[in-house]
This record gives sequence, structure tokens and C-alpha cells, in this order.
Amino acid sequence: MNSLYNFAVGPLAWAAFIILAVTAVWRLWSMYNLAKQKDASSVAYMSWQFSLRSIVNWLIPYNSLGWKTNPVLTAVTFIFHICFVVLVIFVTPHQILLENAFGITYPTLSSEAADVLTLITIACCCYFVYRRVTNVTVRYVTRSNDWISLGLVAAPLVTALLGSWGVGGEIMPLLHVLTAEALIVAIPFTRLAHILFALFTRAYIGSEFGGVRHCKDW
Amino acid sequence: MQLYFPLLPCVPTKGASVNPWMAKEASMYKTETWNWEVGQRTIADMTPKSDHTWQEEIVMSPDGEKASAIVCLDDAEFSIRTNDDVSENTFEKLWELTYAANGDLCCYAMQDEEWTMVVADKPWEETYGFVWSPLFSCDGNNIATAVQQDMEYGMSVNGSIWENLYENANNFAISPDGKKSAAVVQVTPMGQADLKTFRNGIFSIAVDGIAWDTHLMNLWTPVFDANAYRVAAQVRLTLYDYSIIVDNTLWDNTYQGVWNPLFTPDGKHVVAPVRQGGKWGLAKDGQLIWKATYANCWHQQFSPDGENLFAIVAPEYGKFTVAVNDVPWKMRSPVITDLAVSPDGNSAAALANTLNTNWQICVNGSTWNGSYDMAWKPVFCPHSSSVAAKVRKNGKYSVLVNGKNVGGEFDMCFDPIFSDDGGKVLIRGVHEGKALRVVANVPN
Amino acid sequence: MSIQDRKIDDEGLAYGVSKLTTDKIQQTFNALINNETGAKLKAFSETCMRCGMCAEACHFFVSHGNDPSYAPVGKVSQTMSKLLADNGKVTPDDIYGMAQIAYTECNLCRRCVHYCPIGIDVAYIMTTIRRFCHKLGVTPQYIQDTAHSHSATMNQMWVKDDEWIDSLFWQEDEAREEFPGLRIPMDKEGADFYYSVIAPEPKFRTQLIYQAAAIMNQAGCDWTMPSMPGWDNSDMCMYSGDFEMMGRLKRQHYELAQNLKVSRIVMGECGHAFRSIYDNGNRWLGYKDYPVPVVHSIEFFAELFEQGKIKLTGKIQEPVTIHDPCNIIRGYGLMDKLRYVAHQLCDNIVEMYPNREHNFCCSAGGGVINCGPPFKKVRVEGNLAKANQLKATGAKICIAPCHNCHGGLEDIIHHYDLGIELKFLGDLIYELMEKPE
Repeated sequence: MNSLYNFAVGPLAWAAFIILAVTAVWRLWSMYNLAKQKDASSVAYMSWQFSLRSIVNWLIPYNSLGWKTNPVLTAVTFIFHICFVVLVIFVTPHQILLENAFGITYPTLSSEAADVLTLITIACCCYFVYRRVTNVTVRYVTRSNDWISLGLVAAPLVTALLGSWGVGGEIMPLLHVLTAEALIVAIPFTRLAHILFALFTRAYIGSEFGGVRHCKDW
Repeated sequence: MQLYFPLLPCVPTKGASVNPWMAKEASMYKTETWNWEVGQRTIADMTPKSDHTWQEEIVMSPDGEKASAIVCLDDAEFSIRTNDDVSENTFEKLWELTYAANGDLCCYAMQDEEWTMVVADKPWEETYGFVWSPLFSCDGNNIATAVQQDMEYGMSVNGSIWENLYENANNFAISPDGKKSAAVVQVTPMGQADLKTFRNGIFSIAVDGIAWDTHLMNLWTPVFDANAYRVAAQVRLTLYDYSIIVDNTLWDNTYQGVWNPLFTPDGKHVVAPVRQGGKWGLAKDGQLIWKATYANCWHQQFSPDGENLFAIVAPEYGKFTVAVNDVPWKMRSPVITDLAVSPDGNSAAALANTLNTNWQICVNGSTWNGSYDMAWKPVFCPHSSSVAAKVRKNGKYSVLVNGKNVGGEFDMCFDPIFSDDGGKVLIRGVHEGKALRVVANVPN
Repeated sequence: MSIQDRKIDDEGLAYGVSKLTTDKIQQTFNALINNETGAKLKAFSETCMRCGMCAEACHFFVSHGNDPSYAPVGKVSQTMSKLLADNGKVTPDDIYGMAQIAYTECNLCRRCVHYCPIGIDVAYIMTTIRRFCHKLGVTPQYIQDTAHSHSATMNQMWVKDDEWIDSLFWQEDEAREEFPGLRIPMDKEGADFYYSVIAPEPKFRTQLIYQAAAIMNQAGCDWTMPSMPGWDNSDMCMYSGDFEMMGRLKRQHYELAQNLKVSRIVMGECGHAFRSIYDNGNRWLGYKDYPVPVVHSIEFFAELFEQGKIKLTGKIQEPVTIHDPCNIIRGYGLMDKLRYVAHQLCDNIVEMYPNREHNFCCSAGGGVINCGPPFKKVRVEGNLAKANQLKATGAKICIAPCHNCHGGLEDIIHHYDLGIELKFLGDLIYELMEKPE
């Protein structure tokens, strides 16, 4: 079991990150080339000023028309993303892995705090599930990819929490690592690709609205 | 003054375009008979007269000896004033006052609900339901116009209407010598929102009123060659397939788009911009001669010997320039217009601008100092050694010759004309109500 | 809850679909993806999280009791998502529905952009579906006929060259009765601007040309009107998906200005034509900015008021509300200028909410009204939202500086019995300005 775990946090993790890096770069690069080749009349309007204007305004909760109209979803979305990023970086085991690999040290969350954040993040996922099932519009457009993505995100959270509570013994940390690696590898190929592209689509529409349409896009 | 507009035949004779077939541009004017004594002369005080209800825009004869304007004498009573004299012929309505290259003053006139053309104060005998889009031969001796007669459409040349008229006609053209006329005509009537009939093709080209037997979905911009009365036009065969038709015969290939075709100076071939794979190039008789690599490519022109081919192109999105034999100039501008090729065919000039302001004059890829609120098409001298252009800045008009201001400022002025030897330039303008004629030496 | 439940008979759609096979559809779709669309479509399709936040943005969705098949994402799901998922292998019957969605149930108003955290441009996706349908020959009859007219006459209503000029002469004559010495200068080279209109003006609404001439005349403008084709600024080819013709129309429009050497084009109170000039047509021709500045009437009137060139005899006292046309407000940011001009003319402006760049579309835009009588009910019932908005203001007059908005709002006002009078800014200026005794 131990050697399996070591393999998962060692070579397998390296492999997952390398696959992510390579495929993410490849996806971004090929998208950029495609844009240059076939969307020249859109790329020409890209502007730092209007891109940042749009990104910043959408990063402020309840600032845009969309956020205002969907208050609960907005709260859940912001909480989910913030908690997820904080957990990824600041839970102690992750920091230890980084320290072992690169010698990086920084303050981390107490295990109680991590558990609370994990619980909150799982609750957010539950809300996403609930909304996907009960909101008529969302249900109308939901396909299997949407469930797969949600599952990929939820799995490492659930296994982490169960592991922290000692449920399932040694198998749970292993499952956590494996599901997390699945998530990492899946990013460029699923709906999770929005992690790679959302900033650019936001920047693009911000540039169009700012530069061509002289109008805000939030 | 422009005598013929091969690229946009629907646009009448305004602006400063020059016929691409003319070996020597000045030859359309008989400049050798004009007064070329250097100096400024006042031709007439053209201040509106108090007994006229109003006076319209002033035009000046090519030789600069006459200034004319439409004047309104009374309710529905119009006449033409030339220098100080007002013609005794009055009409209910006059419009499109133009001097032909031979110095004849032409105007559309209406009397008793009938329209005609008045040339040198004499109305044509024929009258029409409506007349528009005047077209002049290079020498100005022949004049064609679009006409509507009893709700049928066609053309009239020198006052003789086509024998056959059509449901509709547009995109009018005449041959450089003015002997032949052509237009896109609608040969089949079509009911309201009748998609099927339209798809089957209801348009053709009529030359001197006789329609070709090929009927197509769309045809645009018929153009004649220099001397053999051949005609080429843009066509759209289906909603998606564009091509060129030459004397009733289609090119073999179709494209995603085409722009105005042009005959080679010898009249043997036709060259047109074509779109392939979302990019533009140039095709000759249906075969690509400039690969489709440009974001746009149009306004192609030949040197008089046909050796050099010029066009306005956009090598990248949003960046235009002029290409000579498929090699773009290094300069780039958001907009390039008014391409002019020198009579010797070795030089070209064009206008560059941003948002229709900051106009600059480019000759062979380098830009003259100074930018203007508006600029007109550059004019080469007969020896190709000098270039002149009319410009406007802060409401004042002036003429630049080889980049230098010549002849002073005007409230308005007309395109400069070079003397035969290219040593002098005639500048015609109006300043403080006075029509002025200035002859100046061409600066180096 | 699907387009399949609400198909409407249209000759153009039916004829187009009758010629299709699944193979032809697939080939055309693959050609579209390989040759025309690029990273934009790919990124939009992949990053959409199907969160449904955009639903509330759409007047069709709101007006149809939150039917998800009218939500922007619902429309994408029934069209582009389906095509991409099936590699274009769909039935002719499917195409009928997709065309009906793209041409008649989306105004391309871009209101949903304000709702999408990722910045997905549903109007672009719907435009791409229209492009696809154009390529398949499946377009509603009336908008296709308009596109045909554009191609044959360079205007949208089959107006012949002489009819246009004659209309100008006629209006000039009429206006001289009221304004002695008034001129509509034709083809005046080097004028400050040429005034461009849409073809319905010479055809049905010559009064608008009269009013424009009266305003230019009183304000002492250096202007002209062109006698040649290109005078019509409208562009239904942009909306039918015939981008090649869109480019051709815009070239004619710009080159007319370049040949007349006018400094700019002033455009009548129209929305879509403005979109075609600053956003779509220019790009197709390779121009990043438009080659000739085009000034919308709102900007132009604001300029006249700022320079004190128009003197008014009084102001409207009744409550007046303002409709913000998508293509010039969300599309070009003229909301403040519109309000400036409106406040010059009216003492009692009652804003409708939401307004400015968040305003609801009139449901006629994007070529929907041009799809003609078969689809009138769709757009009127699809905009209960607008009717409620209008009603809530209690205004007696609504300013709508756009032709299509006029058409759309007129039908809505009539259908929902709102008793509101619609006005162009030009109507009010003409009504209120000082005139000769």
C-alpha cells in the first residue's frame, strides 16, 4: 500500500503534472494559432486595457448584471473557486509534497480549517448538483460532460475529507491522490478547460465591448 | 475632373479619377490650345447675385476660362450662369452641372415633367421620364446617360435612346471613345418576394440596348476595353459562386468573391480580384496571377504598356498599401484610396488616411510631408516626372505639386492640370467669390 | 420545450430544406468549421459551463414563462452544440428548426453577454448558424428577398436608381413650401457629410427625408445626398448570413463617400446599419476601423445642440420614455448622447428599467422583423418583457432612434394596447424647432 502511495505521489504525480503542462501549453498554443489564422479580424482588437477592465469587473461579486441576477449561484461560485484554490495551495500535505520536491516552505492551514474549507467546497458542489437537477434551464442543457467535470472536481475533495476523518484507512489518501491526478490530467479535455480559456474569452469580449462597442460588458 | 469611372460606373463624374487606358492623361484635354502664361487671372466675380433666389456649387471649365453655376431665378425657374452671363434658357429644374473634357457645359434639365440633357446650352431633342448617371467619353465629345422612359429603363447616347428598354437597368458604362454603352439590365419581370425567379437569373448585360442571352443572378460593373468594344463584368452565378463574364462568356472558374474586372491595355485579357480560401488575389482570364494572400485586393490598374500591374492591397488585416506586380510597398495605412498610375507606367501615387482624416499623399511608397483634412486623387504630368494633388486643410483648398504648395489658397478649387510639356500647372479655384485661374511653374 | 414543437410555415425555409440531404448538411458544416470558424467558436463552445445564467437576459425566455428552449444557452444547445456533437450529421428537419431559432428567435442583441461570466458571445454563435443556413440555402423568404434586392439594386427595397433621386427632388420641392430656398444638395463634392438613409425612407417614409432636410437647412449644414447607389446604409445580408454581399454593400457605401470626398457619413436613425458599418462590414473588407467616419443621428443631433445650431420653440411636457436600441447603445455606447438630446427636447423624461446598455431589445432587430409576416407573432409575443417595461413608465411618448425598433415597438404597443406614441428624435426636433413664419 505504502509503495503504491509513494508511486502515486511520486512518479505518477510528476506524470500528471507533465501531461497537464504539455497538453495545456499545446491547447493554448494551438488555440492562439487558430485565432491568428482564422480570427484575425477579432484578434486585432485585443487590448490590455479593456481586457483587464472586463476581468476585474467580473471578479467583483455582484458587480455584473449576471452576478446580480443570480445571487445564490454567485455566492456559491465565488466561495467554491476561492476555497478550492486555497485548499490546493495551503493544506499542509500539499505543502509537504512541494517541500520534498522543491524545498518550498510557507504557512499552511490547520487541519481543522482545512476540513471546514473542504466541507464548504463540497457543499458548493452539492449546490451545483442540486441546481443542475432542479433549474429547468440548466437541466435542459446539461449533458454527461457536465456531470463528469463535476464528479472530477468533487472526488478529490470527498476523499480528502474522508481521509482526514480516518475513514477507509490507507486506501483513502491513495484514492485522493489518484482522483486529484485524474482531475489534473482531465483539465484540458473537459469542461474544466475553462480554467485555461476563460480568461482569454473574457479578455476578448472585454476588448470587443471596450474597443469596438464603447460599452461595458458587465 | 473625371471623365469616366471604370471602377464604379454608377458613380458619376465627380472626383478626380483618371481613365486607366489613357497613355497620356493630359491627352483628354486639348491643353496645347490653352493659355499657359504664368500668373493669376480673375475670371469672374461669382458672388451670388441679389436677384437670384440662390446659386448652387460653382464648376470651372477645364481650361479655367469659365466658371458656371446653376442659379434659381424664381419658383421652379432655373438657369445656368457662366461668368457674368445667365443663359436665357430656363428650366423647371437643373442638376448635375458638369464640364466635359472638350469644354462643353452639360446639365440635366426638366421642363413640363420631361427630362433631357443640355449640352453647351442646347437641350437634346429627345426627352425622357428621368435621366441620371452622366458618362463622358475621354475626349468629352460623347455623352451617355441612364434613362427611364415610361417606366422602362436603358441608356441614351448623345440624345439617342436605346431601341430596347428594360424592366430595370443600373451599373452604366460607356466605351472610352463614347461610341458604345452598356448596363446591367433586368430581362425578366419578377413578382414580390419571388425567390425562385430570382434564383433562375433575371439579369443580363445590354450593350447598346441589346442584351446578352446569358441570364444570371447578379451582374455588376460592366467595363469596356480600350478600343475593341469588349465588355467584362462581375457575376454571381449562385448565392455562393462569383466569377467574371467577358463578352457573354463566363470564366471557367468560380470564386468566393470577385471585384471589378479590368481589361489589359491591349484588350486581350481580363484581370479581376478574386477571393479564394477567404483571401484575395488577382486572376487573369480565370487563372490566378497573384496568389490569394491578401485580406483585400482591389482597384487594380495597368501601366499603359501592360507590363506593370498595380493594386491596392491589405497584406494584413487592417493594414493597406499598394502592390506593384504582387510586391507590396513597405508603407502601411488603415486606408488607401485613389490609386493613380503614371503615364510611363513606372510610378504610382495613392492617398493614405486614418478615419478619413490625416490624408497623406504617397508616391512610390514614400509619403509627402504634411497631412490634410481631405485630399483628391493625385495627377501625374504627361512625362510622369511630377505629381500634383488637390488638398484641403482647415477649410482652405490648395494644390500640391511634388509635395510643395503652388498657387496659393482657395475657398474651393478643382483638380490641377499639367501643360503638355509638364513644365506648368493650371490651378482653378474660387476665392472670396472670385473664380481664379492660376498658371504656375512646376517646382522640382 | 423545443423548436420542434413550434415550427412555423415559411416558403423560404421549406424550399431550402426540401433540397437538403444529411450528406449535404454534413459537408457544408465541415466546410464551415474548416474554412470559416476558428478559435472563437471553439473556445466559446468548450468553455461554456452550461450554468444557465444567460437565460434571464433574453426577452424571449422571460416572455415565454422561462421556457428553457428560448434561453440563449438553450438556443445554442439546440443548434451549434448539437451540430458540433454530431459532426454536422443532422436531418433537414433539424435544419428547419435551427434556421427558425437563429433567424427568428434571436435578435443578436448581445444582452446575454452581460450575464456570462466567461464572456461567451451567443450572438456570434447564432450569426454563425445563420451563415451555415445561408450556405445551405435555408433562409426565411422575406429576409432572403431583401438580400436579393441588396444584390441587385444596392438597396433593400428594390428602389430603382431614378426613384431614389426623384424622391429627393420631390421632398425638396415639398419642403420649399415651408422653408423657402431649402436645398437637398445632390452629389456635392467635398461637403462635410453625406446623409444616408435606409430604403424604406424613399419608399414609405419620405416624411423622414423631408424632416432631415429641414433640420440640415435650419442648422446651416454643409451636406449632400448622393444620387448614386450606396445611399442605402442598410444591410440585411449581414443578418441573412451572406457576408460576401455584406462586404459589397459596405464597399459601395464607403466608396460613395470616398468618391464624393465628404469628411464623414451621417446616418439616419437606424441601428443595424450602424452595426454593419462599425462592426461587421468593415471587418469583412479588411478595415480595422471604418474607412470613413460614420456618425449616427444621435451623435449628430447632439453636436447640433452643443453648437447651438438648432433653436427650439419649446419642449415636450408630457412624460416621455427612452428606448435604447441595442446596436447603437450596447453596440456603440451612445446612451449618454441619446439622453442629452432627449433632455434638450423633453422636460419630463421617465427612464424605463433596465435601461442603457442593459436595456431589453425591441425584438425586431437582428433581421427578425425582416423575416416578415409569418414570424410577427413570435417576436411580439416574445417581448412581453418590453411591453411590461414600457407600461411601467406611464409615459405617453417613447423615443426610439432606430427604424427596426420603431417597427417592433409599434407592433408591441398595438398588441398589448399600451397607447404610447413612438417618435424618432428627428420627429421631435422637426416638431419643436423654429421654422420660418
